Amino acid sequence: MTRGPSWFNVTSIVLGFSFLYLPIVLLVIYSFNESRLVTVWGGFSTKWYVELLQNDQLLDAAWVTLRVAFVSASVATVLGTMAALVLVRSGRFMGRSMFSGMIFAPLVMPEVILGLSLLLLFVAMDQARGFWTVIIAHTTFAMCYVAVVVQSRLVGFDKSVEEAAEDLGCPPIKTFFLITLPIILPGVIAGWMLAFTLSLDDLVIASFTTGPGATTLPMKIYSQVRLGVTPEINAVCTILVVLVSIGVIAASIATKRQQVQRERDERAAFGADG
Amino acid sequence: MSKAASKSKRGLGGWGLIAVPYFWLLIFFLAPFLIVFKISLSQVAVAIPPYFPTFDLAEGWQAFREGLSELSLENYVWLTEDALYWKSYVSSVYIAAVSTLITLLIGYPIAYGMARSPEAWRPTLLMLVILPFWTSFLIRVYAWIGILKNEGLLNQFLMMLGLIDEPLVILNTNAAVYIGIVYSYLPFLVLPLYASLEKLDGSLLEAAEDLGCPPWKAFWKITVPLSLPGVIAGCFLVFIPAVGEFVIPDLLGGSETLMIGKTLWVEFFNNRDWPVSSAVAVILLLILVIPIVLFQNQQQKMAEKNQ
Amino acid sequence: MAKKTIGPVRREFVPWEDPEQTPFIEFRNVTKKFGDFVAVNNLSLKIYKREFFALLGGSGCGKTTLMRMLAGFETPTSGEIFLDGQDLSGIPPFRRPSNMMFQSYALFPHMSVEKNIAFGLEQDNLPKSEIDDRVAEMLRLTKLEQFAKRKPHQLSGGQRQRVALARSLAKRPKVLLLDEPLGALDRKLREETQFELMALQEDLKMTFLIVTHDQEEAMTVADRIAVMDRGELVQVATPSEIYEAPNSKFVADFIGDVNLIEAKVLEKADTGTRMQAVVGDFAIDTEQTTAASVGDTVWYAIRPEKVRIAQGQPEGSVTNQIGGIVWDIAYLGDVSIFHAKVGEDDHDILRATKANISRMVENPITWDENVVLTFDRDAGVILTG
Repeated sequence: MTRGPSWFNVTSIVLGFSFLYLPIVLLVIYSFNESRLVTVWGGFSTKWYVELLQNDQLLDAAWVTLRVAFVSASVATVLGTMAALVLVRSGRFMGRSMFSGMIFAPLVMPEVILGLSLLLLFVAMDQARGFWTVIIAHTTFAMCYVAVVVQSRLVGFDKSVEEAAEDLGCPPIKTFFLITLPIILPGVIAGWMLAFTLSLDDLVIASFTTGPGATTLPMKIYSQVRLGVTPEINAVCTILVVLVSIGVIAASIATKRQQVQRERDERAAFGADG
Repeated sequence: MSKAASKSKRGLGGWGLIAVPYFWLLIFFLAPFLIVFKISLSQVAVAIPPYFPTFDLAEGWQAFREGLSELSLENYVWLTEDALYWKSYVSSVYIAAVSTLITLLIGYPIAYGMARSPEAWRPTLLMLVILPFWTSFLIRVYAWIGILKNEGLLNQFLMMLGLIDEPLVILNTNAAVYIGIVYSYLPFLVLPLYASLEKLDGSLLEAAEDLGCPPWKAFWKITVPLSLPGVIAGCFLVFIPAVGEFVIPDLLGGSETLMIGKTLWVEFFNNRDWPVSSAVAVILLLILVIPIVLFQNQQQKMAEKNQ
Repeated sequence: MAKKTIGPVRREFVPWEDPEQTPFIEFRNVTKKFGDFVAVNNLSLKIYKREFFALLGGSGCGKTTLMRMLAGFETPTSGEIFLDGQDLSGIPPFRRPSNMMFQSYALFPHMSVEKNIAFGLEQDNLPKSEIDDRVAEMLRLTKLEQFAKRKPHQLSGGQRQRVALARSLAKRPKVLLLDEPLGALDRKLREETQFELMALQEDLKMTFLIVTHDQEEAMTVADRIAVMDRGELVQVATPSEIYEAPNSKFVADFIGDVNLIEAKVLEKADTGTRMQAVVGDFAIDTEQTTAASVGDTVWYAIRPEKVRIAQGQPEGSVTNQIGGIVWDIAYLGDVSIFHAKVGEDDHDILRATKANISRMVENPITWDENVVLTFDRDAGVILTG
């Protein structure tokens, strides 16, 4: 759409974004509150962050969470990329609609159902629950998100580039690694990041599928939150929010830069024919 | 022509490509539902695992058949007898539907404003909508506790302004649940809506106005119908997960808040009644099957359009 | 009288007229179906070594499918394809000795120009020094030396086209396949590049197969053209034969501009045929013989530039002539096209072009003027289908 925004448009954007960001901003501000009473401002302090560093339980949980997120995001990226290739490239095959159904359903399926069903599977398989069962659970739903992200990248893909590689003597599997993967890499990386943060954030599915010794950070935060709002939790949340925001903003700035550079190059090249 | 035609030949690699993700999802997504269904027909037991019968192939065919005869619909009967369950379902659907409507009313002006903003701003605005999606759900819900509670920031603010004398009770009521759902799911609605509004060709509105249609009417006759796919996709993305929501009713809702996700959680973790919670999950799934299928059909249609 | 030949001859190279010659590429009864759609229907075609061969036709005529079967991207439903005596069936694209230049160029966006050109050579595991030499040669040949380190998006359309060409030539394939290679270029650059392609093909002594929907392009570059329609070959001949002696209404109409006059055969002789036009009711006398019988309805195809137009009765004896009224004039600069109404109906139009050989014209032909249209005995061809 073109045309400039009206006052109404500006107001709705300002109000909308305030609604989205005010709670998080307040949370960040109050993590620097001197007072233990979370909602009463008692002066600036970073003492809750210092206390955090001494909280071994929280740090352990954070470490478990990071490992789970890293492994599950990586496996999910491989599986999700394969699934995206199947969705875009494989044409018709037996059970295709079931396949795409299984990719899209987890995106909207209530987490309690996913969690419960996976737990019952692990019980039925007589599988001890812990680190690895959480990873499998997270991989399963994260791969669907990866598939959707990579799929959108593949849809605009000029297939003749792959044909050109084969035409020049490159076998199909080598073509995938030499040509296709580098071209869709931004989508694959975005998929990995999404899978990583999804795993980092998940409370419900992890609660169902975890076992002794594998308490994740969201589970830890949740159990503390139920007891009430505390400045330490504000501090943990602030750190998480800041880290994720930095990651996302850096990634989007990098993409934007690349795009701008690309456009500049294209403008420079344009007209060389004349 | 030839480019659109699918390849008829599929090598070993091609089948492997399909098989690996397919089997992963069959085992870890589809098979668990069958197990949930089976356990929903079982009975609770004081044992590990806490249900009866369990099937063990080592015990032979006879034991399997005996086990099979132990399965019953008892748990489903129980769900209809105890008002807690059906009230939870009804209330979940109601809360999710109302929240979806509120989210749409708030989200549409935002998406519309974004689509009409100068092109240079749009990537930034888009990122600002996506960013909360990347930050933890739990944290965002948690942030509201400090705002909504009796001595919380909202009440402090309103009392400071002199609008109220006594703190409003919002936390642990359904109102807080509505706020939490709308807040958490707003980006899910704005994103697809913005995508469809942004694609809308501005010259269509100019053509409508040129043909004598005033702007407000052009909005209803042109913009709204053409943004419908975005509205529908967005509403599904809010409604379906909201029905089964657990974290929001648990942290922001009160004892009056009945939502099926929370009921299932309590049944499972507090009462340790796995068969009943499985039955709860099966019914929830049945309720959600229709919107999920509708959503998928719509997604597929949009994907085909893009291709 | 000197023996007349059809049109100018580009070069003395006519292997297809020699029955002893073995074809370099041969399609033998090739059929390709996509579901119910028959893209290529029982087609046989021979192409000779060092030929510049064009497949010409509208979209959906099967020309691209035919080329993609040769490259290996499509498998024929039935029939065989031979290249240099080798049956290609079952050979995947990456093992075929042909290379293709894609319509979209299909340059690898993440690789520099030289990496793109080297790609095919690297697949053959050639020694590094040889690859470097060959890439340098290709860069020189396509005048891309100064762009070697650039990425595709840093190049103009014309430069990208040359990279695609260099890349497909680097492996010195037995046959170079060009899929609408110049479609994305603007007109001027396209014409220049056509001549460059011809020169390149002569220098490298290679076989080129080009797919195009642009008749001018096909006529400029090709030794022979195969005109395709609905999966079948309509005519395979040199550009001048295709233009001057089309074998069907389809070819006559597809290539260039043509008047198609419906006529009845009046008289047949060894020296020619006499016909009567159905519309306008005028006699047509040609030196061409026909298989049609007296009384049959045929089509007489005559190019507008072979119809002369004048304001009065021309001097000397004239074989074929008809009177008309100027209905429309299109001034194109180099030529003008006159639409003369020769029958009762407004659609009964005969077109004649006239070269604008002087800048100033006294008493120019204008609208609604009575004119006389004349043409020679050998000006057109009789078509029966």
